[in-house]
Amino acid sequence: MLRFVIRRLVYSVPVVAAASLILFWGVRSTFDPLAKLRQGHDAGALRREVARLGLDRPVLEQYVLWMKAFATGGWGTSTRTGGDVRAMIGSALATTVQLVFWGVLLATVLALGIGVYSAVRQYSAGDYVLTALSYLGIAMPAFWCGLILIQLLAVWPKERFGLAEPPLYFVGLHSPGRSGFDMDYLRHLALPVITLTISLIASWSRFSRASMLEALSSDYVRTARAKGVPSRQIFVRHALRNSLASFVTVVALDSAILFGGLVVTEQIYAIPGMGRLFLASMLAGDVFVLIPWMLIVALATVLFNLAADLGYALLDPRVVLR
Amino acid sequence: MSVQRAPVGPVAETASARRDLSGRRIVAKRFLRHRLAAAGTVALLALATCCFGASWIAPYPRNAQDLLTGARQPSIAHWLGTDDLGRDYLSEVLYAGQVSLSIGLCVAVLSTALGTLVGAIAGFTGGWAEEVIMRVTDLFLIVPGIAVLALALEGLGPSPVTIVLVLTGLGWTVIARVVRSQVISLREKEFVEAARVIGASGVRIITRHLLPNLVGVIAVNMSLAVAGAIILESTLSFLGFGIQPPQSSWGNLLTQAASLVGTPKAYLLYAPGAAILLTVLAVNFVGDGLRDAFDPQGRK
Repeated sequence: MLRFVIRRLVYSVPVVAAASLILFWGVRSTFDPLAKLRQGHDAGALRREVARLGLDRPVLEQYVLWMKAFATGGWGTSTRTGGDVRAMIGSALATTVQLVFWGVLLATVLALGIGVYSAVRQYSAGDYVLTALSYLGIAMPAFWCGLILIQLLAVWPKERFGLAEPPLYFVGLHSPGRSGFDMDYLRHLALPVITLTISLIASWSRFSRASMLEALSSDYVRTARAKGVPSRQIFVRHALRNSLASFVTVVALDSAILFGGLVVTEQIYAIPGMGRLFLASMLAGDVFVLIPWMLIVALATVLFNLAADLGYALLDPRVVLR
Repeated sequence: MSVQRAPVGPVAETASARRDLSGRRIVAKRFLRHRLAAAGTVALLALATCCFGASWIAPYPRNAQDLLTGARQPSIAHWLGTDDLGRDYLSEVLYAGQVSLSIGLCVAVLSTALGTLVGAIAGFTGGWAEEVIMRVTDLFLIVPGIAVLALALEGLGPSPVTIVLVLTGLGWTVIARVVRSQVISLREKEFVEAARVIGASGVRIITRHLLPNLVGVIAVNMSLAVAGAIILESTLSFLGFGIQPPQSSWGNLLTQAASLVGTPKAYLLYAPGAAILLTVLAVNFVGDGLRDAFDPQGRK
């Protein structure tokens, strides 16, 4: 197991290196890191910055220099805020991890519940309703869904019932001056998490329904039925457990893609996480934030992919990792 | 399939031609029996007709402003209301659909063509070509998609053409992987062996023997690509990297309406989103229908 993890990580090094080189080159050729300075007409300062950042050297050499600095923790300063990039990405990541954690938790529980129900009651009215809803969830642009949720769950009830505060908030993760895990946090969290996960719930529940149905039609389930094992026990111990392995793989793989959805969700709800940091940096052409941002997200994807393989191996005893 | 070009003699060829025809008929029959797929096709055709025929169908001409009216709730005269500039919103949505639908279709066609070509070559030739192509698609799997798209559009400028190119550039890897894996399993089959023995060239084997077997996979993938491209375009527009005003797409209309949440003008939010939802839903149904229709294990 440990050998497998190490080998996979070693194999992913060249891919990550190639990806980071392309991203580095892409960001550098799109934005000029010295755009602000060039407006100042201070030729001396400009020259000093060019020399300090090594902008007069070949891109490959710049990349190696940057990679060295990145690996030793010197991520530079943001041209937008003047702050330390590592601290900025660190705090944004801490916010985003909360969203991802609650999102994946909610989506997993709901999708499994819906999938099992739909599979056990295949072709019932409930199954048809849930199937129709999942088609809608997959076909809906996430940001539109978020905007409509604000209108329906926050703005409309407030106006309709004349409340002083909307039942669910739609700006940030905490009210000003509050922090920690409390009712206020949950009321802030509800809408972003739903927006983030609605398409995941839809597609994961389809997947868990399909794998549950496959498990239910297998020979060992028939044997268990023939032996007279109670239905509930068959569903949970035999079918659900066996359908879980492939489900967990999909969850881990899709969780990496969640970062794309985060950009949209954090923008709608003004949550200061990775997505919003990315957009602000894009608008300002903040090279020194964008490059590490992309590398961090790429690394997260590699780790989630690894987690997918490990999860599969843990849940399916037939798989041996080498 | 013409008799003259038959490599194995006229008798075998006419027999296979007949089977081919009935095969096609089976596919068509199965597709039409899939009620949702048929409904999806009708909905898509209706949408496309309304959007591309907007200059005849739309109740008001494009961009006809009426500043005195301003934003009005939906009424008999304006079914979806009017926007801030007093433009009929139904007409605006229809015209915007031209851009959204074109982008979806172009991206799907281009990325499917490119992906199929690359995937087929990779799967058929094997060796270093396959290795290079697969490493490149690995690369595409780990880079943060939306960030790369935004970056590319920032660099190239957000015109419809660059959006199509950028979405294609990121989208082809999906179908390439699928086609490659299918080609790898097909290339060991007897009929490919037979074609090779007769002396058919690689190009001929790929185009005449392998690709016809992949029509189902390719069609399904293309429908999914249309849906994905339309949603991605609207998302990019929402984030500010997509189609820019005065040009309009559904995503771009939604972006303009996004700031109206919580105001009496929030009705402008529903129509463009519903148009996207309807299109993607219809395309997905068509995709499901195609999958079932082309499934060789499916019932006749």
